[in-house]
Amino acid sequence: MFRDTSALTGRLMKQILRSPDTIVTVAITPLALFLLFRYVFGGAIQSDGNYTNYLLPGILCITVGSGVAYTALRIWTDKQKGITARFQTMPISRSAVLWSHVVTSVVSNMVTAAIIVAVGFAMGFRPHAGIGGWLGFVGVLLLFTLALTWLAVIPGLTASSMEGASAFSYPLIFLPFLSSAFVPTATMPGPIRWFAENQPVTAVVQSMRALVEGDPVGNDIWIALAWLVGIGAIAYVLAIRTYNRPRA
Amino acid sequence: MHAIQVTDLRKSFGDNAVLKGVGFEVQRGEIFALLGSNGAGKTTTINILSTLLKADGGTASLAGHDVATDAAGVRRAISLTGQFAAVDEILTGRENLELIATLRREASPRDVATGLLQRFGLADAADRRASTYSGGMRRRLDIAMSLVGTPEVIFLDEPTTGLDPEGRLEVWKTVKALADGGTTILLTTQTLDEAEALADRIAILHGGVIIANGTLSELKALFPPATVEYVEKQPTLEEIFLAITGSTTKEA
Repeated sequence: MFRDTSALTGRLMKQILRSPDTIVTVAITPLALFLLFRYVFGGAIQSDGNYTNYLLPGILCITVGSGVAYTALRIWTDKQKGITARFQTMPISRSAVLWSHVVTSVVSNMVTAAIIVAVGFAMGFRPHAGIGGWLGFVGVLLLFTLALTWLAVIPGLTASSMEGASAFSYPLIFLPFLSSAFVPTATMPGPIRWFAENQPVTAVVQSMRALVEGDPVGNDIWIALAWLVGIGAIAYVLAIRTYNRPRA
Repeated sequence: MHAIQVTDLRKSFGDNAVLKGVGFEVQRGEIFALLGSNGAGKTTTINILSTLLKADGGTASLAGHDVATDAAGVRRAISLTGQFAAVDEILTGRENLELIATLRREASPRDVATGLLQRFGLADAADRRASTYSGGMRRRLDIAMSLVGTPEVIFLDEPTTGLDPEGRLEVWKTVKALADGGTTILLTTQTLDEAEALADRIAILHGGVIIANGTLSELKALFPPATVEYVEKQPTLEEIFLAITGSTTKEA
């Protein structure tokens, strides 16, 4: 399976390297939001610390949310062109085809994330994390990407149109706005506040923030891990089942 | 043992019964054409035989492997060339072939690719992206990819649909050359002349069953003896087209 996955991942990495605009395109919207919140809204938002530090984790979540849409699109395109059918009728590992898309998604999203972090430094991102904090920060982001990618595989395999394959990512991009990613939840009205405080992005963003600031992570990290492992595991099972099921 | 053996194959999609007991056999090294109109169930049959689809009833075996119980064995024995050329257009022709060769555990993917590029007249275009290929070239690359690992049975699902006349002749030539190599080929087609030009035996799939099955001369014998009429021979539009464009079947 490892050999099949690496051969197939090589194919997808070539695709990305030959159209590097996908990595750049994915970065543009999050960067625009980053600049907008930092320099336009940021002044009006009461903040008792470095607002760039505060913003960065949420911006990275939006980046991954829009990045995985491309994964769904690549899987959908493969299916339309009959490339998936060709692989499915070959004597190769069944899951290698999907893993190659997942590995490609993780790698390309990490590259885009690195670009965002680099811009963040230019905008005044000043983390206080040690090695452990950074490893934790990257680890949570990796897990977040992995979970969302497996989620993206499902519409990639089942969508009947190109728009349908990527439409699932809009709620993912919107979710950080209803969380503590941009402003603390304390000023939000009742039901919205309840939603914001109990949805996964808040726990993910808060634990990433604490890790990179070198603060104690408290319960957030466990809540975040539980969400991510849960979502990732369910999405994985559904994706593999969808892929392996001979069409009825 | 037959290369392909299909008995009483049934398949419905909801209320729509597409296959109502299809049966046929294909000998080793034979080119067998499944002829039928659009929606007759040709692709459904191919999808069942290539393990993409589960049948509702009946049995099918390929090179001795049952599609229902030994899908892995079937996949080792077959190669599917679907209705659309399944090539990665961002990769070059060579890269496409090397990818398949690597996945099929060929000892030297590069040599396999070089050999097939030669054989299919794609050597000059080897290092160009497949997106720059003509329809006929893309289809030839597609068929070449199906030959990697020398599978016993090759499925060609409407191999010339969507090709211009030149592309069609290129692919016909390719398929004929394959048969000389001893590979068993099951091809589907909507056009009578394609079945006539390529196949050793022809089965007509209509209304969910095989209504006729035999060699061309056997099929001809089923019909009343021909009455002789004298008709002035008109050139076909295809002949006119090819004469005007002065085209040979060389690649574009």
